[in-house]
Amino acid sequence: MLNHVAELGQLGLDVLRKYGRAGILLYRAVFRVPNIRKGFPLVVQQIYAEGVLSLLIIVVSALFIGMVVALQGYHTLSKFGAAQQLGPLVALSVARELGPVVTALLFAGRAGSALAAEIGLMKATDQLSSMEMMAVDPLQRVIAPRFWGGFISMPLLAIIFNIVAIYGAYLVGVKWLGMDAGAFWSNMQSAVDFRLDILNGIYKSVVFGVVVTWIALYQGYDAVPTSAGIANATTRTVVYSSLAVLGLDFVLTAMMIGGW
Amino acid sequence: MLSQRVIETVVGLFLLAAILALVALAFKVSGLTTFFKQEGYDITAAFDDIGQLKVRGSVKIGGVTVGEVTDIKIDPASFKAVVTMRINSAVNDIPTDSSASILTAGLLGDNYIAITPMYSKDFLKNGGEIPETHSAMILEKLIGQFLFSIGHPGEKNTEEDKGAKK
Repeated sequence: MLNHVAELGQLGLDVLRKYGRAGILLYRAVFRVPNIRKGFPLVVQQIYAEGVLSLLIIVVSALFIGMVVALQGYHTLSKFGAAQQLGPLVALSVARELGPVVTALLFAGRAGSALAAEIGLMKATDQLSSMEMMAVDPLQRVIAPRFWGGFISMPLLAIIFNIVAIYGAYLVGVKWLGMDAGAFWSNMQSAVDFRLDILNGIYKSVVFGVVVTWIALYQGYDAVPTSAGIANATTRTVVYSSLAVLGLDFVLTAMMIGGW
Repeated sequence: MLSQRVIETVVGLFLLAAILALVALAFKVSGLTTFFKQEGYDITAAFDDIGQLKVRGSVKIGGVTVGEVTDIKIDPASFKAVVTMRINSAVNDIPTDSSASILTAGLLGDNYIAITPMYSKDFLKNGGEIPETHSAMILEKLIGQFLFSIGHPGEKNTEEDKGAKK
């Protein structure tokens, strides 16, 4: 009996230790005076690897999500004779929810898993230890640029997702289903508020960018240095970041609507 | 591996695309016209009943939006709802004897304030008050009055009245 209680306690301690290690990792990587001249090219490389290379999947899925929301919305709205409200429907659902959340999920799958695998393999092949041997701080050289790369890329990707999805809806609603283009845009403009809807969506994506990159970096850095360990780390990155994004999305929406 | 120069160029293009997308979101999607607070002046009007009027509701003259509701408070002395409106500074010639009424856009739409200009040669300034106001029409009250006036003050009518008081 007592053994089981002890196991439970050990489990709890393990979990806490993991959170602590993740916090220390982020602290060491971020809250340290960066060397701008050396660090900047590394950050640019990471924006390329995490942001630019994710652009294709983001744009294609945004286009299809915008088109399908418009198609579904049009058929439902026209039952109530309110098909003119398609613009606000698409713009609000994309800018508030779909844009940040779907971008973060795709980012976790496309860039987060790659980050975890890369860092895990660096650890497994002792590249991180050899950097330390050469008096290069791996947190500064490897972790920090990847963190900033994800932090910068995510909001930019979310903004691009929003605009592509809205143009996808425009293609379906106006070009295919024959809505009036003027009604589509003017109803959208009168319903969407820049600060409340668009900026709040972008704030969400900033938070998601931090969370997804952090989870990926921690899982990679803390991976068991074997091939199975790296596989586990990659899986956990995608699972944990997806759950964190969906959960945080609810909390953030509640905060924004409740006006905290 | 691409050379650093190519990567920097591509990242620059990526940033540029995102900025363009943000500009499109701001102007094409949300219809943002100014980044700063709208230039204008505040006027107030006291209503008996504002119905479903909300802050950010629009203020119209002749159907054209000229401002928005910025604040709604209750006056503790008269128990009237004091609505503060911010009018665009381009519309600076609203006569002081104008009247303000709360109307509904369509049958189920949002409430808005319609200002009907009169003929005075004095114009409302910042902090001015519109003297004459007409309250919002509340559908439940109208139904109650209608049922009462056609002479069936039976059970149904009292039920309607209770509904209106809620």
